[in-house]
Amino acid sequence: MSEDEELPDLGGGSTRSSNSTAVSGGGGDHNYVSPSPDQVLENVLENVLCFLTSRRDRNAASLVCKSWYRAEALTRSELFIGNCYSVSPRRVTNRFRLVKAIAIKGKPRFSDFSLLPPDWGAHFGPWLSAMSRSYRALEKLYLKRMSVTDDDLSFAAQSFPILKELVMVCCEGFGTGGLAIVASGCREIRVLELMDSDVGDDEADWISCFPDNVTCLESFVFDCVEAPINFEALERLVARSPSLKKLRLNCYISIGQLYRLMIRAPQLTHLGTGSFSPLEIVAQGEQELNYFSAFAACKSLICLSGFREIIPDYLSAIYPVCGNLTSLNLSYANINAEQLKPVICLCHKLQTFWVLDSVSDEGLQAVSAACKDLRELRVFPVQALEDAEGPVSEVGLLAISEGCRKLQSILYFCQRMTNAAVVAMSKNCLDLVVFRLCIMGRHRPDHITGEPMDEGFGAIVKNCKKLTRLAVSGLLTDRAFSYIGQYGKLLRTLSVAFAGNTDLGLKYLLEGCPKLQKLEIRDSPFGDSALFAGLHHYYNMRFLWMSSCKVTRQGCEEIARQLPGLVVEVITRDREENETSEYVDTLYMYRSLDGPRADAPRLMVRPSLMICGKHCTSTECRFSIARSLDFTLSVWVPCISR
Amino acid sequence: MEKGVAYDNDMNLKATELRLGLPGTDESQKECSSFVKSNKRSSEEMDSSCNEEECAPAPKALVVGWPPVRSYRKNVLQQQQKKSDSDVSGMYVKVSMDGAPYLRKIDIKVYKNYPDLLIALENMFKCSMGVYSEREGYNGSEYAPTYEDKDGDWMLVGDVPWDMFVTSCKRLRIMKGSEAKGLGCQ
Repeated sequence: MSEDEELPDLGGGSTRSSNSTAVSGGGGDHNYVSPSPDQVLENVLENVLCFLTSRRDRNAASLVCKSWYRAEALTRSELFIGNCYSVSPRRVTNRFRLVKAIAIKGKPRFSDFSLLPPDWGAHFGPWLSAMSRSYRALEKLYLKRMSVTDDDLSFAAQSFPILKELVMVCCEGFGTGGLAIVASGCREIRVLELMDSDVGDDEADWISCFPDNVTCLESFVFDCVEAPINFEALERLVARSPSLKKLRLNCYISIGQLYRLMIRAPQLTHLGTGSFSPLEIVAQGEQELNYFSAFAACKSLICLSGFREIIPDYLSAIYPVCGNLTSLNLSYANINAEQLKPVICLCHKLQTFWVLDSVSDEGLQAVSAACKDLRELRVFPVQALEDAEGPVSEVGLLAISEGCRKLQSILYFCQRMTNAAVVAMSKNCLDLVVFRLCIMGRHRPDHITGEPMDEGFGAIVKNCKKLTRLAVSGLLTDRAFSYIGQYGKLLRTLSVAFAGNTDLGLKYLLEGCPKLQKLEIRDSPFGDSALFAGLHHYYNMRFLWMSSCKVTRQGCEEIARQLPGLVVEVITRDREENETSEYVDTLYMYRSLDGPRADAPRLMVRPSLMICGKHCTSTECRFSIARSLDFTLSVWVPCISR
Repeated sequence: MEKGVAYDNDMNLKATELRLGLPGTDESQKECSSFVKSNKRSSEEMDSSCNEEECAPAPKALVVGWPPVRSYRKNVLQQQQKKSDSDVSGMYVKVSMDGAPYLRKIDIKVYKNYPDLLIALENMFKCSMGVYSEREGYNGSEYAPTYEDKDGDWMLVGDVPWDMFVTSCKRLRIMKGSEAKGLGCQ
């Protein structure tokens, strides 16, 4: 940030300047008074900055000089906090005054796979406190992997009276009681979306808590709420929500109940179908409902999901909407290829498709034949085990690559794969931005040639020039990483597991990928010397995660010493007396403007604190060590004065 | 190698409950040995520091968080699996009783034999159906269970061997005893 108070080159310091013609557009008129620098700034603010919506553009503008920094800070209305610990809430509310929309992300992604202790952190509370004072006009709140309590939800409902959108993805810590408070307290709510979140069942009838009058609900998503709901109340809610376009039901809604909702809301564009199976009890004399006609009446439907407990016979009900669908999520529907084919062959406009591997390679071949416009494919495993029979393989991947040339994003779980198929995809699908292949058996080579999967992934990074996100798997040597370092120039996110031979692997990455932001590595033999190879780059990254690698305590301390702007969190699992390990279990480090956090989980805080192998009582050295029953979490800040 | 602790909120060690008795258990042992071999090869060629922890393959069920599927999804699919395992060729049939306002649906595959089924029906509809006899059907009982078979014929429950019944039954109807007389098998 420049210390320069004045705008460079525009208007100088005194009244007249020929440079002012750049702003006023003319120079010949001697009655013309050129605007002062402040006036120019105001013009800029009004006419230019308000059009800057991209946060990257705004970040760039804020770096021009202090005046632009201030102007930008006063006018930025949408905030994105990629790591809730990278900056304190107070620092944010001090800088940005006019925020209407905020997105906050908390835990690192590997917490989804039980690799972080519960209560690790990412509490919404401190953010809420700061925002409740400064952002009372908040309209949109988006939280991902944050820990949110019922009290938080209650306080948020009180603090943000005009809140219009609340979206929580992969969050936990609250229950249906908290949802009840949101429903009754947030009177302006248009969008209420809960996705992949762990919501406790407090047996609260939260659906009944929405206000009785006509609502402005446009999107209501609660498919992850594992608790029964009051169906009659939901039916009345849908009936009095004329703007409702997106509705995603949970698995407690039967297909009969779905029918009743659909006939009340034929204007829906996005529908999550709930269980998609009938209740046990059917009233005497009642025919099976005409589900087909219910779907036929929903002429605007473009996105279907749900099918949580599908009875495959009912799948034919969706035929009427297939031709319009751009997104279909069957990833909880355990159906086979024969059951998929009649549906998928109608979905010629499909762009996003999520499915279970139960459809097998044959099902994927049908997808490849029908969905020429496919952009995103995710194939999830029915059995998430290393030794299961894998119904999908390189055959399915190859078919997709040949039929779906516009593919941009793929997530593919399988038990066996070949380099040839991956290479073929790299050549057929040149628009790939996201390539995530998970060969579920650790260290598994190309199952036909027995070779490592180096060449396949190498081809992906080499040929797919738009690639920004990559996840690798299978047997991989350092060579794979040399390819990634050599060709992955746009790579921002990389996931590595059970791969590589030596420190060289990680070195190739850290030295070769200038755009790397998020690097998550588990169970790979990378150690301290590889870690040091990234010193030049860590301030540019959002985070580095390394678990079950070969990084030592000393290595972590050294990083912390050399890079005071990083927070280095280390988790060491407690071991038995005779068990020793020189390596830390988990290293999670990230840049932060505000030093280590004060809310590390603690059951017992040790009074004497250790750093660098000796007791340290220096006031310059801030750190905390928390011990629980199974782990020790240590946070380092180096012993230097600030 | 990896003997990590699974950090689940309710401390459930579901990871260790994964069944290893799936087809392919032998493959897993083959996997272990090939894993060890490839490691040894790499240690010779690459001179990597392969310590003992790494070379010994961990029992596969204990690797935390692998494969990387969110526990929510795993749980949903496991529950579906349990349900469908129990009715892997499940036969849901409608059951009506004369005079009762609601139909029930039951899965006859859940029952092992006729007595099981009859007891269940008696409990469900709070009626008594007595015992089947070849000669006299359910004579003397207030109610008698009947079923419609694949050919559309109405038969008395018990007329055919259990296995045949299970595959041919399309729906059940608990009739008044007096009406069922005509269905007795000769």
